[in-house]
Amino acid sequence: MAEYQTQEHDVVVIGAGGAGLRAAIEAASAGCSVALVCKSLLGKAHTVMAEGGVAASLANVDERDNWRVHFSDTMRGGQYLNNWRMAELHAQQAPDRVRELEKWGALFDRTKDGSILQRNFGGHRYPRLAHVGDRTGLEMIRTLQDHGIHQGIDVFMEFTVVTLLKSGDRVVGALAYDRERGYFHEFRAKAVIMATGGIGKAFRITSNSWEYTGDGHALAYDAGAELVDMEFVQFHPTGMVWPPSVRGILVTEGVRGDGGVLRNSEGRRFMFDDIPDLYKEQTADSPEEGWRYVQGDKAARRPPELLTRDHVARCIMREVKEGRGSPHGGVFLDIAWIKEKISNAEEHIKKKLPSMYHQFKKLADIDITKEPMEVGPTTHYVMGGVRVDADTQMTTVPGLFAAGECAGGLHGANRLGGNSLSDLLVFGKLAGEYAAAFAKENGAAEAPAEQIDAAIANSLAPFDAGDASAEAAYAVQHDLQDTMQDLVGIVRVEHELKEAIERLGKLRERARKVRVDGHRQYNPGWHGALDLENMLVISEAVARSALDRNESRGAHTRNDFPDKSEACAKVNTVVRKGADGAMEVQQRPIAEMRSDLQAIIEEMK
Amino acid sequence: MATATFKIWRGDAKGGDYDDYQTEVSEGMVVLDAVHQIQAEKAHDLAVRWNCKAGKCGSCSAEVNGMPKLMCMTRLSDINLDEPVTIQPVKAFPVIKDLVCDVSWNFRAKKKIKPLKPRKPDAADGTWRMAQEDVDRVQEFRKCIECFLCQDVCHVLRDHDLHEQFIGPRLFVYTAALEMHPLDEEDRTGDLAGEFGVGYCNITKCCTKVCPEDITITDNAIIPLKERVVDTHYDPIRMLVRKLRGG
Repeated sequence: MAEYQTQEHDVVVIGAGGAGLRAAIEAASAGCSVALVCKSLLGKAHTVMAEGGVAASLANVDERDNWRVHFSDTMRGGQYLNNWRMAELHAQQAPDRVRELEKWGALFDRTKDGSILQRNFGGHRYPRLAHVGDRTGLEMIRTLQDHGIHQGIDVFMEFTVVTLLKSGDRVVGALAYDRERGYFHEFRAKAVIMATGGIGKAFRITSNSWEYTGDGHALAYDAGAELVDMEFVQFHPTGMVWPPSVRGILVTEGVRGDGGVLRNSEGRRFMFDDIPDLYKEQTADSPEEGWRYVQGDKAARRPPELLTRDHVARCIMREVKEGRGSPHGGVFLDIAWIKEKISNAEEHIKKKLPSMYHQFKKLADIDITKEPMEVGPTTHYVMGGVRVDADTQMTTVPGLFAAGECAGGLHGANRLGGNSLSDLLVFGKLAGEYAAAFAKENGAAEAPAEQIDAAIANSLAPFDAGDASAEAAYAVQHDLQDTMQDLVGIVRVEHELKEAIERLGKLRERARKVRVDGHRQYNPGWHGALDLENMLVISEAVARSALDRNESRGAHTRNDFPDKSEACAKVNTVVRKGADGAMEVQQRPIAEMRSDLQAIIEEMK
Repeated sequence: MATATFKIWRGDAKGGDYDDYQTEVSEGMVVLDAVHQIQAEKAHDLAVRWNCKAGKCGSCSAEVNGMPKLMCMTRLSDINLDEPVTIQPVKAFPVIKDLVCDVSWNFRAKKKIKPLKPRKPDAADGTWRMAQEDVDRVQEFRKCIECFLCQDVCHVLRDHDLHEQFIGPRLFVYTAALEMHPLDEEDRTGDLAGEFGVGYCNITKCCTKVCPEDITITDNAIIPLKERVVDTHYDPIRMLVRKLRGG
């Protein structure tokens, strides 16, 4: 029998980014005992990297803003595949969640009258993003962390969950291992919240760190939950492209929100060349109008650089493909040009975009106040995730909840910038609230010991598998990333998707045989071997969902189906584990939108 | 492509030594890239902590050629690669394995600091009004990414090991952010003088020098805290008041 320790709590939260922290705070405030289990140290999760801001219709800068506009912007951005109830709750509750952060110590930049300042961002009709320069995520995670540590939450840092535990149909805990020592721990719980973030590490070029291997998606899937919209992976249009070692690191959309423009090698602002019909009415028709917009002129319309991320990424790809790219395969993003318009441009850029200034200066020897940056698309975010009930965030498995990036529904086919930070606050809170309620209504239960023993044996298998000549996990991960980047990337086509699925099958065989050196304590080679299982599940989910959607919509572009299809507009793609263990893909009709919400969409057209 | 040698400390709490690794270096590489390359090529179980790789999360602190650095922001082009590059874990905290230290003390010590106690909201809707200048003063401290390099170089922790009597520069920065927070009404001066041990700092400014976020730790955070302590605790009138109140 395997050795492990057992911890008992009412609610276990897996992941300590914004969603996990917010959920833990809420569950604790409802009187539950809470364990917060996180893969890294507290405060290091990807939320810390978020730059631009948190979207909430506070209407501090433009009084025309309200939740209805935010709702319709979010739906338009998601090409109406969004779960409209989630989009409604999100738009309605985001302002309160932002104001609550202020009570817990967050210090956002201010308007002249001392309220929270808001900035422009792609797809948002009015200046809507509360921010702190370009380090909003740090401010948010630190605020939640520093508030959270006084709420009686038990934090388990550098613990990796390897499986969810079930009793019958219900999730009743999780099995984790503690990286610093290599011991196993059973976290027994009446309710479990998944808040593990994204899947970016399945791609070669990504803004995501090593942690984002789709753990929450894959573990929930294995436990019987459904995944939705997995074909929609957001490629952020502006990642760094040079030098090679920083390829993929994010360059905030705030650069464009503050007047930065995209140019090709001929110096042309190519974003003016292709403006989608859905946005024609809202987009500036001259550079001059675009400049007035970023300067706060309420009569002006958005510059095309602030179109949605899916569209901007595709336009950049087009320029590069047609030979008008920058020297290292990107395009130019220029904020320095604003010196033609304002006298203190250098100081202004450093004040508004301090970490971008620092990042380029340090890592690329580029002074962004003087010269343009080279940028190109980078895998940034997955719109798809664990399918949840909009009001409670419970998955299709009793006792299992999900919030933040690992939950699906809110963003539909494409997420607007700034909507992820508000997503994790709004739905983190709801997940915490309803998980606490579930815990109170349902007694304690535990998984059979055999389940735990089997999971431990499975986790330790890589130490025994393979002979001395077998490869380590690194090479398999690398090939998986190449497969996804090359065959399931920004532009997709049927035969490549099929090839990807076949290659993933072969990678699965290799993954089973990888060799682990050394012992269990802080062993990244072992950790990498365990990560592979999750990465293979989510990669297959993305590829199969992409193959199933025969159209181009939002972040999903199919070369063989370049247009939107009316039939596809009415369905979400749902993935689940079949009875035989194979992945099943279904098209699920989208519930008809409530008439009052439909009226809002009509009104805002 | 050029090859460089890296001397990386391998071991655990029981002890260890440097191992030499050679790997190819290319344009733009940072120290963390070299460590990852070595990990993937030959030292598969080499322990290193990292996340964002962009100087924003503060995970990959280590001592590179004896200097406390974020490995992700230290470019190989700024280092002499004719000599082996030494990489070792930070010294002020106990080693777990290889380049990874047990920094949990920082999290425990932070919990002792009284949280924000906001004043009553300024507006009927429960919100506050704050001037940008007031916010700016504190935002410098809130830039901190908790890399703990300042804790690593502080001699009170590094050489004298006074972790139980002194919270260190990072947590003074945190306390300063609370004390100077425009909404805060809490008083932490007693704790600063007492169990936080602000008096142990003798202003050598080593912490300021290593801060990757360029926070002026000593001048802007620690010295003002010291002044607050002096104003409240050594002010003759207040001392008299305290005496009369029996405090």
